[in-house]
Amino acid sequence: MRGSHIVAEAALRAGCRYYFGYPITPQNELPEYMSRRLPEVGGVFVQAESEIASINMVIGASMAGARVMTSSSSPGISLKQEGISYLGGLELPAVIVNMMRGGPGLGNIAPSQSDYFQATRGGGHGDYRTIVLAPASGQELCDLTYKAFDLADHYRTPVLILADGMMGQMMEPVRFPVLRDVGKLPRKPWAITGAKGRKSHFIRSLILDPGQMEEHNWKLMRKYEQIADAEVRFESFKTDDADLVIVAFGTAARIAKAAVKRARNEGLKVGLFRPITLWPFPKKPLQEVAKRVKHFFVFELNAGQMVEDVQLALSGQSDVFFYGRPGGVVPNPAEISRIVSRQFFQKEIG
Amino acid sequence: MKKVFGRPKTLKPVPYHYCPGCGHSLLHRIVAEVIEEMGVEEIAIGVPPAGCAVLAYNYFDVDMGEAAHGRGAALATGVKRVLPDHLVFTYQGDGDIAAIGTAETVHAANRGERITCIFVNNAVYGMTGGQMAPTTILGQTTTTSPGGRVGNRDGFPLNLSEMLAVTRGSAYIERTSVTSPAGIRATKKAVRKAFEIQLKGLGFTLVEVLSPCPTNLKMSPIEACRWVDTEMVNYFPLGVIKDVTAPEEGKNAH
Amino acid sequence: MKGSIKIDSSQCKGCAFCVEACPNGVIEIGAKRNAMGYFYAVVKKDGAKDGKGCTGCTLCAVMCPEVAIEVYREER
Repeated sequence: MRGSHIVAEAALRAGCRYYFGYPITPQNELPEYMSRRLPEVGGVFVQAESEIASINMVIGASMAGARVMTSSSSPGISLKQEGISYLGGLELPAVIVNMMRGGPGLGNIAPSQSDYFQATRGGGHGDYRTIVLAPASGQELCDLTYKAFDLADHYRTPVLILADGMMGQMMEPVRFPVLRDVGKLPRKPWAITGAKGRKSHFIRSLILDPGQMEEHNWKLMRKYEQIADAEVRFESFKTDDADLVIVAFGTAARIAKAAVKRARNEGLKVGLFRPITLWPFPKKPLQEVAKRVKHFFVFELNAGQMVEDVQLALSGQSDVFFYGRPGGVVPNPAEISRIVSRQFFQKEIG
Repeated sequence: MKKVFGRPKTLKPVPYHYCPGCGHSLLHRIVAEVIEEMGVEEIAIGVPPAGCAVLAYNYFDVDMGEAAHGRGAALATGVKRVLPDHLVFTYQGDGDIAAIGTAETVHAANRGERITCIFVNNAVYGMTGGQMAPTTILGQTTTTSPGGRVGNRDGFPLNLSEMLAVTRGSAYIERTSVTSPAGIRATKKAVRKAFEIQLKGLGFTLVEVLSPCPTNLKMSPIEACRWVDTEMVNYFPLGVIKDVTAPEEGKNAH
Repeated sequence: MKGSIKIDSSQCKGCAFCVEACPNGVIEIGAKRNAMGYFYAVVKKDGAKDGKGCTGCTLCAVMCPEVAIEVYREER
């Protein structure tokens, strides 16, 4: 099944019945699938007039207590950032998919990882974070999307699925989880559903008093700390005996994994550390790896973004080498294993 | 003696933060009265804007969800699609609905979204301190049109309601004022009709209310009302602009 | 018809809409200020003169932005 379709079907099975979006390549297969599938299960699909409108429809549906999602690609996500900041401030759950493409500006439609900073630093204005999940396979597109709705509801926070055109277009077999009964999802007493049998309430992010606003900010920070403690995900592949560990996520991690296998065939002890949650970044697990490994090779499909988190995590205790291909260029595993081999095992590690 | 006029229950008993003679104050009460008289308190959901009415949730005793500047119609769309049997209304100023939120509003109308927009037009940005609004009339002095608005330099007053009436999805659009007892009665009638048409599922509804902003017009409250009645109405004529429930000949006045 | 009004002086902001709206000139802006600092509306002392007093028509309350006026009317 195609990656974009996997995300859409997984969302639906997680209880998502509302989708609001605006077309942009390379993720159009996702809204197309939703427009056909949602009405079959009593859901609603709306093609909005813009990304800005669609993210605000998401806010409205989320306020009303529904599981809701939108999807877009880099330039469209920039437009959605206003609403994502509001989701953060309003403490509303929602799932947002970014099938990244080359940028900045209009860029191109080729696979890229150029929105790492935007995704992991909040992206919009104000002190907030979004949970960022980076799938690297068809099955993970499914599992992480399904999980994203639970995380969003549990923490009342927006969750981003960060993938790229490659992940969205790729066809892979997948095993779907069961279709959730929407009626049995956890209740949301905070939602605005009409003041029936209770006092009226409101949802707002405007807090004029600086003292109260600060308290709201600290409350959000405590929530983010809780998430950072409980929700870190990563994959460690052949790192136990490694002399060098490649750090990569998403599509880049797939390429890196194949490169690791090639390098191992050549007798080089290379491993892979793959963050699955980009925020919270798996800092401690990476530090654990760094107790055994001195050399890290960060590979990204951008000009160097996650490498900063790796450097922060390792705080100068290890060698961190960066190799990036921005602009939608996707190198093959041979290129990566060649660079690892030449640059490191021949020169640096020697 | 019998009490014949008092505060509606759907309006919380707290003093407004609005300036003396502000049209928002009057319109809040009108909307609250209609909600109470229709008995829809339990299904009403309001969407306040960014602007002077940003704190509207402090006053209306119904569920409310705050929208970003201009995004009211989009947010209300999301709410209404999840809760199709509820009464969903936005409350937006001229800058909110007719400048930054034009696209959201036009397309909500075009989709025939079953929501009601309460559009407060006072020809000026109130909260930010009296800048030129999309509905500032020609020649009107504001803090960003110090020599008076000039059409082919600053743009012309935008007749959003007439624009929306052209969309096939809009069902009812009326322009009223709150500058006199008669205007207030007409406004109340219009809001009620818009709500009823929404609940019947006939399409998008909007009531544009010409409203005095004495502070930013730099007039006394009564002078501000007279300015609305004599100057503003030349650009924004009062009356029903579209009503799909009216007999054939009166369907679209334009 | 006889009526009467009750003005909540603490909420009045002195906009004078009620003064203008009253067909019988029953209301005026008084000389005292309330806690918010506004000269507030009061019922004139001689408001009921010449049999032209408050009729409970509600126009003042309809025009009051602050919902500060309650209107009462004699039951018949």
